[in-house]
Amino acid sequence: MESGKEAIIGKLRTRFTEGILSVDSSGDMLTITFQKKGIHDVIQFLKENESLAFTFLTTLCGIHYPEKEYPLGVIYHLHRFSDNTRIRIKTFLPLENPIIPTVTDLFSAANWMERETYDFYGIIFEGHPNLKRILNVEYLDYFPMRKEYPLEDPTREDKDNRFFGR
Amino acid sequence: MSLDRYTTLNLGPTHPATHGIFQNVLTLDGEQIIDTEQTIGYIHRAFEKIAERRPFYQITTLTDRLNYCSSPINNIGWQMTVEKLLGVKTSKRVDYMRIIVMELARITDHLICNSVIGVDSGALTGFVYVFQEREKVYEIYELLCGARLTTNMGRIGGFERDFSSEAIRKIYEFIDHLPKVLRQFEKLLLRNRIFMDRTIHVGPISAESAMNYGFSGPNLRAAGVDYDVRVTSPYSSYDDFDFVIPVGSQGDTYDRFCVRQEEIWQSLKLIRNALDNLPEGKFYVDVPEFYLPPKEAVYDKMEALIWHFKIVMGEIGAPAGEVYHSVEAGNGELGFYLVSDGGRTPYRLHFRRPCFIYYQALPEMIRGGVLSDAILTMSSMNVIAGELDG
Repeated sequence: MESGKEAIIGKLRTRFTEGILSVDSSGDMLTITFQKKGIHDVIQFLKENESLAFTFLTTLCGIHYPEKEYPLGVIYHLHRFSDNTRIRIKTFLPLENPIIPTVTDLFSAANWMERETYDFYGIIFEGHPNLKRILNVEYLDYFPMRKEYPLEDPTREDKDNRFFGR
Repeated sequence: MSLDRYTTLNLGPTHPATHGIFQNVLTLDGEQIIDTEQTIGYIHRAFEKIAERRPFYQITTLTDRLNYCSSPINNIGWQMTVEKLLGVKTSKRVDYMRIIVMELARITDHLICNSVIGVDSGALTGFVYVFQEREKVYEIYELLCGARLTTNMGRIGGFERDFSSEAIRKIYEFIDHLPKVLRQFEKLLLRNRIFMDRTIHVGPISAESAMNYGFSGPNLRAAGVDYDVRVTSPYSSYDDFDFVIPVGSQGDTYDRFCVRQEEIWQSLKLIRNALDNLPEGKFYVDVPEFYLPPKEAVYDKMEALIWHFKIVMGEIGAPAGEVYHSVEAGNGELGFYLVSDGGRTPYRLHFRRPCFIYYQALPEMIRGGVLSDAILTMSSMNVIAGELDG
């Protein structure tokens, strides 16, 4: 299993010399963070290279770290059925103009996943055939999963967070 | 071709045949479907956002409301995700108890789906036969956890109480009786000429296309891909058991029906095996930070009182890290992607909801068919609005 991870990392390092920002193989699956530039090629390489063959897109979702330089993240989970290997690919984008190429041309499944990510994080998937809100109402003018929108009304004064372990 | 020869038809959001709140805007040429666009989100409840504010044990109640036809699978899937983050290893007894509950849930899920395919093709009788059986499973749930539909079953680390002798008797009674009803049900539909004509070659999808669309569960297996999370990444000691993964070949409505039907038989076998070999021991493992101490201890032991208070108030942080855990739910791979920053709540929690992912393939599956077949295709995919909208 460990050698499998090494082989994947080796292949990606050879193909994408500069794009890899970090590699973490200590968690539950191999996690690699890439630069935004060329992320489409990475996913395409992972899917179409015969010895990699990650042909199943398990999920695609967004994440928001307000303190970071590149606060918005897109996380892909890919799966290879033949030997049951999973891989997690991350990439991070700036808050201004978070544009990333779509992977709908590679995986039809990405269509709604990207719409959901756009809906909640405002990440724009360039080349997506139908990028509009999917679960929220169309006239919503903000992206609700971003961390600056707290779940409870922040102006409330009748609840003191100290008493609720928060 | 001018557009005015086409009719636009709104199927839903509250059409009885959609079995849930979602809409299809169909473009029809007579009775033939030219195209369709789905509108979803009518019961979106922002679970992922709410989860960022809740301690881990309170998120179990959110998972109930994803696929509400098989809530215990979602509950236990979530609890196992937290256990994976914490590095907790459960005992064999807990694992087997979980298998029993999850397979009962799978049976109810498949029973509803398959009998509703019957209803939508005009055969109400089978539905009435099996609905009685679902009721029995709900009675078992009541004995195990007190609730019926949104069960909130189990806890991080095991179960909140042991199986009572009455519960075990009822489970045996259920698995002894179900085969008789199931055979009657199959007699009505499985080789029924009308049913076969209505379902064979209806709403087909190829294995390649299904993979590309991210299908999982019975819908993917009906297309001929033998992917089942219980086998590929065994959780909860599923690898102790011997069971068959049925696969179809055409990926049509009939194959989806048959795959689910066979899975019910396999689940029955699994339940009997797990129940016969249920190991002795405790029904929970030692996770004092997350598993509530017994109520009697809270009254007279200081330490138990402290843990009780800390757990209920959600004051305990989980280790920082990220995990992805998936279980084979009624509809396929239900995944939980959990990012923890060491706080008392998840930093980010994403649900991989199988319905949401495979429902987008509907236009491709029903295009060129007739309206009545589209209804059958939709019910055979088992689209559950709660899971669809999250």
